[in-house]
Amino acid sequence: MGLLTLSSPHTHGPNSTSKVMAIVALATVPGLIAMTALFGWGTLINVVLACAVALASEAAILLLRKRPVSFFLKDNSALLTGVLLGLALPPFAPFWVTAVATSFAIVFSKQLYGGMGNNPFNPAMVGYALVLVSFPVQMTTAWALSTQMTGAPAMGFADTLSVIFAGNAHLADAFSGATPLDAYKHLIAKSTSDDVLAQATFNGWLNGGWEWVNIAFLVGGVLLILRRIITWHIPVAMLSALTLCSLMFGWDEDMYTPLSLHLLSGATMLGAFFIATDPVTASTTPLGKLIYGAGIGILLFVIRTWGAYPDAVAFAVLLMNFAAPFIDAYTQPRTYGHSKARRGLPEKK
Amino acid sequence: MTNMIRLHTFNGGIHPAENKDQSTSRPIASAGIPSELVLPLHQHIGAAAQPVVAVGDKVLKGQLIAEAEGFVSVPLHAPTSGTIAAIEPRAVPHASGLEELCIVIRSDGADEWITHQGLCQTLNVEHLQDITPRQLVEHIRSCGIAGMGGAGFPTSVKLNIGKQDIHTLILNGAECEPYITADDMLMRERAIEVVKGAQILLHIVGAKRCLIGVEDNKPQAIDALNAALVEVNEQHHIDVVAIPTKYPSGGEKQLIKILTGEEVPSGGIPASIGIVCQNVGTSAAIYRAVELGEPLISRVITVTGDSVARAGNYDAMIGTPVSYLLQLAGYQQQKRERVIMGGPMMGFALPQLELPVIKTSNCLLAPTEKELPLNDVAMACIRCGMCSEACPAELLPQQLYWFSKSQEFDKAEQHNIFDCIECGACSYVCPSHIPLVQYYRYAKGAIRDERAAQAKAEKARLRFEERQARKDREEAEKEARRKARAEAAEKAQQEKKAAAASGDVATAAPAASEELEKLQKKLDAAQTAKAKTQDKLDAAKADESMADKIPAFEAALVKTQDKIKELAKEIAAAKKAAKAAQAAEPAATATDKGDPNSPERLKRKWETAQGRLDTALKRLEQAKAEGLDTVDALQAGIDKQQERVDEAKAAYEAALSGDAPAAPAPSAEELDALRKKILAQEDRVQKMQERHDMAKADGLDTADALAMGVQKQLDKLQQLQQELTAAEALAANANNGAS
Repeated sequence: MGLLTLSSPHTHGPNSTSKVMAIVALATVPGLIAMTALFGWGTLINVVLACAVALASEAAILLLRKRPVSFFLKDNSALLTGVLLGLALPPFAPFWVTAVATSFAIVFSKQLYGGMGNNPFNPAMVGYALVLVSFPVQMTTAWALSTQMTGAPAMGFADTLSVIFAGNAHLADAFSGATPLDAYKHLIAKSTSDDVLAQATFNGWLNGGWEWVNIAFLVGGVLLILRRIITWHIPVAMLSALTLCSLMFGWDEDMYTPLSLHLLSGATMLGAFFIATDPVTASTTPLGKLIYGAGIGILLFVIRTWGAYPDAVAFAVLLMNFAAPFIDAYTQPRTYGHSKARRGLPEKK
Repeated sequence: MTNMIRLHTFNGGIHPAENKDQSTSRPIASAGIPSELVLPLHQHIGAAAQPVVAVGDKVLKGQLIAEAEGFVSVPLHAPTSGTIAAIEPRAVPHASGLEELCIVIRSDGADEWITHQGLCQTLNVEHLQDITPRQLVEHIRSCGIAGMGGAGFPTSVKLNIGKQDIHTLILNGAECEPYITADDMLMRERAIEVVKGAQILLHIVGAKRCLIGVEDNKPQAIDALNAALVEVNEQHHIDVVAIPTKYPSGGEKQLIKILTGEEVPSGGIPASIGIVCQNVGTSAAIYRAVELGEPLISRVITVTGDSVARAGNYDAMIGTPVSYLLQLAGYQQQKRERVIMGGPMMGFALPQLELPVIKTSNCLLAPTEKELPLNDVAMACIRCGMCSEACPAELLPQQLYWFSKSQEFDKAEQHNIFDCIECGACSYVCPSHIPLVQYYRYAKGAIRDERAAQAKAEKARLRFEERQARKDREEAEKEARRKARAEAAEKAQQEKKAAAASGDVATAAPAASEELEKLQKKLDAAQTAKAKTQDKLDAAKADESMADKIPAFEAALVKTQDKIKELAKEIAAAKKAAKAAQAAEPAATATDKGDPNSPERLKRKWETAQGRLDTALKRLEQAKAEGLDTVDALQAGIDKQQERVDEAKAAYEAALSGDAPAAPAPSAEELDALRKKILAQEDRVQKMQERHDMAKADGLDTADALAMGVQKQLDKLQQLQQELTAAEALAANANNGAS
């Protein structure tokens, strides 16, 4: 037998894509714990369900596409999509909403484009946007109120299962309500900031427990940056842009959602560290990442403030996904030995 | 260190496991004298050396066995004494796996030196001042020194800096690749040689300071160098700089950035920013060449990896077989055998072990599979950008990968793919285990091929367009002439009618002109024969199988040419005679008839006009060939003259009233043959021109000879074109006459 003649390099670092995906999924655990603690079992059940659906639909579509199933399931990308969707969907969303969102995310927005790495749009957010526009009732009424707000323990496990799988939505009536972002946006139109806070929905708590969720996701995100899984560019740009917009246009608490609610409520931190940073669909140059992140931050503020939806991470991210290839083409870094960066598309010959 | 050096950093870089301790535990050992040494003639960048020994020759250690060929080349010397066993193609350590010409020496074991001496007995700074840099560079070249860091660029070429003002000399002792310790051990054990080499280099390039960059994972080497600096009292010009350990800090561009903060311009060389960079091993070799007069015949090479029992560094003769060295180090063959020449990041896996160590070989790495696992199956790129964070050239490897894979080479070029140094940092960090560097190598190769093809196509296009333009021009000229003739013919027809009406009938043609016609016919036949012979000769020249017939054709050609000359003479004589006869006759005719429309006079008129036309045509051809701007004027004149000729001819023929046409016109076939010949000649000229251009581009000496060839072919082409014009005119006349 001859010698092995492989081309250099002959050594490889310890990193792998499966590991990267797994670490991202694990970094959501603080957020998942916070959500479960504050909103009950719903989120955990959603995550498990979404993961199961994601893996099942991935396996099914891989079989149809005649691709090696276990090889691709091991890349953990479907699992991560499931985790992110489970975290993003309302805790009391019926099982079929989760199933539709997840399977659509895997089959249509990922595998039909060629699988991992080839999808132009963030699969989890495509799935989310689909159910958001298709089932607006379920998507706006199935949010849980935090134990902090209700002052009572969260709904029991069996009841939660019954709400999600058996359609016994009435069981959740006492535990569900509009999210703070939603409530504030509607109430502030008719009253002042102090009045809004005094209302039963807020019970004096501006973020209604969501701040803990967001802080938990922030912690997970910082861990990802420290582990060099993601870079700081997109989250920092996105949160800075959101802050700046809020300070410039929405500084009046009696008219617009206040900054603290923007930053620490809804899916802000989940979006900034886990959704917007999806490398496949984001911009990839350092400068491009800053522009991409800032774009999401601005769109997030615009849609939350003047749009019809209370939260807007999905739409903001999807809109910027469109722009990512274009941003990349015009934000090449300067290469060693060049006096300036070469940007733009190559001239047609 | 006496001077504070502010360090800079380059983008990215990686920290792979160093694995250097295995081979630094024992001092550099001599590898001894193998029974057979294989010395490739091409161990460096540039032209291969040319052997100056023959099989069977006895050679001594250090004897020149192959001399440099051209400027970018270095000579080759015998690493030990022995006999030249063969000069034949052998497998060489090159990624292509191809064979190249090698000189094989069977050693005699005596290791007997040829008499040799350096440029100065004991080298120090004072002595150095007596030797000119030019002398030193020439000496370095004659000692066969080529960059020992890996690229193998002839050192003398790199030191030939011309007018560049060099401010800094950098010695590269970074040795950032894992496993390799050849430079480390050399610096530890022969620091004085490195430092003295630096002194020589400083003198050659005229730099004010020298920085020796060493990664801080080699503290012993740094100490040794500093001690050597003290020994030669050179602390003020030369600094040993400890740089942070990070791959690829030993890349020339990266090291320059670290030590000076400056960047070598893309596509440029360090000298353009006043820096010369040399490997520490090269520096030591330069010292040995200058003081001891030893050519580069051996080098330090690391043999390491878990497959060898005694990892370490060996001082091995150039040409030592890899298998010999491995055996020396206690090599255990693995199930999946893999031996890498160079390091794990940029080295290449040897296709076999019967390969020689060459001047650039710094390491033999024989890893076990456990030690350096084979790459997993690549997964999809998720554009995570870890590669661009690691890229020392600040590229976007993830984008380059997509462009290379989808063959969007214009975009790859736009993303500066040619600034990639193929260090492998991107592949190392890629979580999807994509063999990125292979993709870039493929893309670079494809782009180079594409460029070459494009240049060729562009040349062909220009050639085609030029030819098309010329054809169009000729066509237009012909058309214009034809029109003019048609008009003239019409006019003549009318005149003829008028003449017929006047009832003027011409008499018989004179005998002298009949004689002339016969000769003319013979001449035409001879010319046709000549053309045919020429054709055959050309065909024979083009076709090798007919080469033996060339002399016969050439003889035939000479014969026909003689005949043509003879006939031409005869014609001239006949013409004279005819003229004399006519001169005598017209007097009579004039008195007899006094008729200006007599056939004789008309014929003379026609002939004179024809003669003028021919001269004018010749002038036109000349003007065209020389690109004069009189071409148009000449053309107009010719058209007019053509009219006159036609007129005169028509008048004469009218006068003869239905007599047979005078000159035998060339047939359509003959014209076609002539045209084909011209086309063939055109191709020949173009091919010649192409060869000339290529030779010129490559700077070959044959360019001048080829230029002369081109001129010769062009002359021939012109001659043919004249022939064609004449023949066409004849044919046209014949047609007009017939009509």
